[in-house]
Amino acid sequence: MATTLPSVDVVTVGVGWTGGIIAAECTKAGLKVVGLERGQKRGTEDFLNVHDEYRYAIRYDLMQNLSKETISFRNDRKMKALPMRQLGSFLLGEGLGGSGTHWNGQTYRFLPYDFKIKTMTDERYGANKLGPDYLLQDWGLTYDQLEPYFDKFEKTTGISGEDKNPFSGKRTNPFPTPPMKKTPMLVQFEKAAKNLKLSPYMVPSANLSEAYQNPDGETINACQYCGFCERFGCEYGAKTSAEITVVPTALKTGKFDLRFNSNVVEILKQGNKVTGVKYLDTISGEEFIQPANVIVLTSYVFNNAKLLMVSNIGQQYDPATGKGTLGRNYCYQILPGAAGFFDEQYNTFMGAGSLGMTIDDFNGDNFDHSELNFIHGGNIALTQTGTRPIGSNPTLPDTPTWGPEFKKQSIHYYTRSFGVGAQGASMPYKENYLSLDSVYKDAYGLPLVQLTYNFTDQDRALHKFISARAADIMKEMGAKTVVPSGEIKDYNIVPYQTTHNTGGTVMSLTPEDGVVNNYLQHWDVENLFAVSAGNFPHNSGYNPTGTLGALAYRCAEGIIKYSKSGGSLV
Amino acid sequence: MSSDNNNNNNNNNNISRRNFLKTTGIAAGTLVGGGLIGGLVGYNLNGNIGTSTLDHAQNGVTNEATGSPKAKMFFMNNRDFSILSNATERIFPEDDLGPGAIGLDVPYFIDHQLAGQYGSNSKEYMQGPFAEGAPTQGYQSRLTRAEIFKQGIQKIEAEAQSRFKKGFNDLEGAQMDEILTAFQKDEVKMTGVTSSFFFTLLRAATLEGAYSDPMYGGNRNMEGWRMKGFPGHQMAYITQIEDAKFKKIEPNSLGNH
Ligand SMILES: Cc1cc2nc3c(=O)[nH]c(=O)nc-3n(C[C@H](O)[C@H](O)[C@H](O)COP(=O)(O)OP(=O)(O)OC[C@H]3O[C@@H](n4cnc5c(N)ncnc54)[C@H](O)[C@@H]3O)c2cc1C
Ligand code: SF4
Repeated sequence: MATTLPSVDVVTVGVGWTGGIIAAECTKAGLKVVGLERGQKRGTEDFLNVHDEYRYAIRYDLMQNLSKETISFRNDRKMKALPMRQLGSFLLGEGLGGSGTHWNGQTYRFLPYDFKIKTMTDERYGANKLGPDYLLQDWGLTYDQLEPYFDKFEKTTGISGEDKNPFSGKRTNPFPTPPMKKTPMLVQFEKAAKNLKLSPYMVPSANLSEAYQNPDGETINACQYCGFCERFGCEYGAKTSAEITVVPTALKTGKFDLRFNSNVVEILKQGNKVTGVKYLDTISGEEFIQPANVIVLTSYVFNNAKLLMVSNIGQQYDPATGKGTLGRNYCYQILPGAAGFFDEQYNTFMGAGSLGMTIDDFNGDNFDHSELNFIHGGNIALTQTGTRPIGSNPTLPDTPTWGPEFKKQSIHYYTRSFGVGAQGASMPYKENYLSLDSVYKDAYGLPLVQLTYNFTDQDRALHKFISARAADIMKEMGAKTVVPSGEIKDYNIVPYQTTHNTGGTVMSLTPEDGVVNNYLQHWDVENLFAVSAGNFPHNSGYNPTGTLGALAYRCAEGIIKYSKSGGSLV
Repeated sequence: MSSDNNNNNNNNNNISRRNFLKTTGIAAGTLVGGGLIGGLVGYNLNGNIGTSTLDHAQNGVTNEATGSPKAKMFFMNNRDFSILSNATERIFPEDDLGPGAIGLDVPYFIDHQLAGQYGSNSKEYMQGPFAEGAPTQGYQSRLTRAEIFKQGIQKIEAEAQSRFKKGFNDLEGAQMDEILTAFQKDEVKMTGVTSSFFFTLLRAATLEGAYSDPMYGGNRNMEGWRMKGFPGHQMAYITQIEDAKFKKIEPNSLGNH
């Protein structure tokens, strides 16, 4: 029997970036918030021994424990879905701060084009540029509407950057802190890009260039360029994360009750409102019901969709009929690029997660696609995140993968090679979606989320085009050997690619086109909100969290408004 | 901030070493590959630093302190352990750059890993039903890594006997390579797992043992890092990150932290 606890104003499921932002804003506005996090407490003090590639980057010490929960996967509807038994393609978060503890911190704003992608594509290229199988839609919110929230997220996180991107949407304020330091590799990229008449600028970074106090009074320290950033926590408190910013802000109010080892298994519903969540204390095994006036799903893309599915809220998408919105528009990213091999040695082992230069000349609709068989593009960047010896064993093409020649080359090129890579945008396709698995279950007896996904023709064309542009830059940088990425075929869940999963709980202008409105309020259930990159109707050519953070701030505003007046916010 | 204090302390400990490396003016290109053998041998420009061992001794750090306990926690007999050792050495051989897998204690690293969480797949989804999947779906075996290695080593031995009528440990290098290649190409029949998957694991574990922090029992004396020019655990590069010169930095392990 579950124990029913006293009701609160707001409960969040998961305490990463999105849960933390909701908690901070709602508690500041006087609401009582419970944060349920299935993982454990952790913070800067736990990262003193974090410079350990094997434990953190290879064995994934900070990520989701798959023995308890994973997803299942197949490339298409004809295949049998099988569980993702080991982490690979993306690294799911767990514990206080979620993936924001061990992210890189590259913090972009999506382009104005992204928010009106359907309208703008139709206007410029005619109604059927991609064909009817791609489920393109406008977001139901414009860049200009979201701008104040972008600004707020950047101020909370102290983003270090420079306003030199000619393609960026209008900014009302400069970046809160100056850009990071420019290394020789970045200078070389900048020069090459300029020679090619492109517009390089420093990657907006949540690894801060200098110590900064945010408007909530939290301090973020200066990055030390330690080279152990992506997949690691920061021992300096210099990589902005929820646990050093929004979580302490929420706790300071005295109105935030943060509970660890609390795994939510069901959203409870009565009539057209939700009443609370059921969760399990994973240490004691006890079951609890936490009633709340507002429930906010902040448990990342997959679990936000899963909790709605297992709780029977909304209509599951069916690719055969095209009906239903829940699970639709799942997108990922593709990674075009080119590797360069040099004679000179570089300090490749130094770096920071967001240390880089990038261009947007081939992103969004910043170039003409009339003669191309794809839309959108990707930001092409050189990032110096710090390469480490287990993970980085570069060799020239056609080198054996083991033995004397492999050893010689992988050691020689460890400090003499690097890549110029892009995050290629991903468009929604009718056969790519999330649903529930009918065979495999998690440790709590719930079905796994099932991912049905493959790359599309759009992806393959974009990948080829952008890889060639990356190779142009690499050539101009003077690499002795330039190796563009090979063409992509089927999506493979084994190698790490990117943790930029989107879709499944899409936002939309009308209830027919998505799961939530543009305050991320559920279309059918007015006191239920779902916040994650699952809200993105497509995935852009950038990292997601800048846009996600902005949406989370807008959602928090919606929740506060809803708590006063009730009803639909749109 | 406690972490900042820690940073300062740590920097102080390493200052002499680092300054030496900085001030000797060793630049990119002047010393490649072979110059790194035995740590600082080969660029003993001022004559005040000898071998890497001496360097460690000067800092009061012994091999034991950086961690390479040579005892077996998983393998139960020397023959199997030698098969593992020889196989890893073929993958990452000793050469003029420096030690191979055996010299780096990679077999001990793998042995210790197999005895722990890695060997028992304790953070992986191991619930059935098990079915063979497409390659794009990844690992679908009911076997743990410990079970895969155990079977894999037996199969390597069986393959040696059937191809060459000799134990694997008695083969010539080229014959060993032939067998490993057969595993890599999935030409050997294994139960519950493909031989290519076993080979992928073996190769990955070899590199992990060569380049992990020595506290895990491999990367003996940090020679793996030294060969590769990776400085291991350093607190900060903020003062060097913009320099055009390549930095040769004597590596540091978390054992010294
Ligand atoms: C290695 C890596 C590098 C990245 N680099 C970048 C980058 O440079 N730039 C960028 O923009 N983005 C980056 N990302 C992505 C970024 O981390 C995510 O976009 C962001 O953290 C998502 O925040 P979230 O709150 O939606 O989810 P999460 O951070 O995943 O937080 C969700 C939380 O919910 C908890 N939870 C889940 N299910 C339940 C449940 N049933 N009950 C209770 N709690 C639950 C989880 O334990 C987790 O703590 C990176 C991600 C990874 C893994
Ligand atoms: S690179 Fe900078 S932000 Fe990243 S972990 Fe190191 S010090 Fe922290």
